[in-house]
Amino acid sequence: MDTSTMVAPLIGGALIGFAAVLLLLFNGRIAGISGVVAGLLALRTEDLGWRAAFVGGLAAGGLALALTQPQVFPTTEFRSVPAFAVAGLLIGIGARLSSGCTSGHGVCGIGRFSARGLLATVTFIVTGALTVFLVNTFFGGSL
Amino acid sequence: MRQNVAAFFSAFIFAIGLGVGGMTDPAKIIAFLDFTGDWDPAMILVMGGAVVVYAVGYRWVLRRPTPLLSRYFRLPDARRPDGRLIVGAALFGVGWGLAGLCPGPAITSLFTGSTGVFAFVISMLVGLAAVPTPNARVSTDESTLNAPPVDGRAPAVGSVSSV
Repeated sequence: MDTSTMVAPLIGGALIGFAAVLLLLFNGRIAGISGVVAGLLALRTEDLGWRAAFVGGLAAGGLALALTQPQVFPTTEFRSVPAFAVAGLLIGIGARLSSGCTSGHGVCGIGRFSARGLLATVTFIVTGALTVFLVNTFFGGSL
Repeated sequence: MRQNVAAFFSAFIFAIGLGVGGMTDPAKIIAFLDFTGDWDPAMILVMGGAVVVYAVGYRWVLRRPTPLLSRYFRLPDARRPDGRLIVGAALFGVGWGLAGLCPGPAITSLFTGSTGVFAFVISMLVGLAAVPTPNARVSTDESTLNAPPVDGRAPAVGSVSSV
């Protein structure tokens, strides 16, 4: 990987970190997406506003990307719909059980030097890698 | 209301960061997790960049007694790693390795019209709703939600259970 291809990921990451800092500074909250969404599902009315606004902001940012930088999204369906459905279920269950996701554990957790965050991140990277390996080996990478 | 505006903009920037970093393309995530195959380390740079900025910013922000628009910081209580964490993270990883998507990029991709993303988000919501939180540490308790913090930080009890 040469330096030119390293710039965009680093800048993207810095923006993510910056956004998470903003949520902490203004709202006093950890930017763990799974947690924000889970709280929304719990329908705690005193909490709904900022959570709905956050989810809306993510979707709006995505819309802005789709309109201005459509190449950041894939042009073909990467997996079959059933595969996406199963994956989504696992992600939802796993995030709730572990109380976090890539932003919660990976970015904020590690950024706070949290043992839970680091352990969770290492764990999901390991099982993620295993899953990719198995999908490649037994399904030829197509699912 | 200002809290909602702030949250919106934080998330908007977050989504842009995901896009700029390439994390809205599941293939890039899969390529990162494909250690034995065609490896693409981009995700490490994204996460690394995010962690460094967050680590610095986190410490800087927490020098304040309170957030700017909200009364208290709501930080996760320092629990020890446990079985739930490991099992949960393991399951999360399998889902992540299957789809190359996690909550943030999935929601960010909602308006692309992808059926797969839509199915993922629906199932994710089901999964999130299906798991009970054992000791109800999510602050549904009104008294703790608005309780004056013990030390100027989050309330001593009833802190958010999810990170």
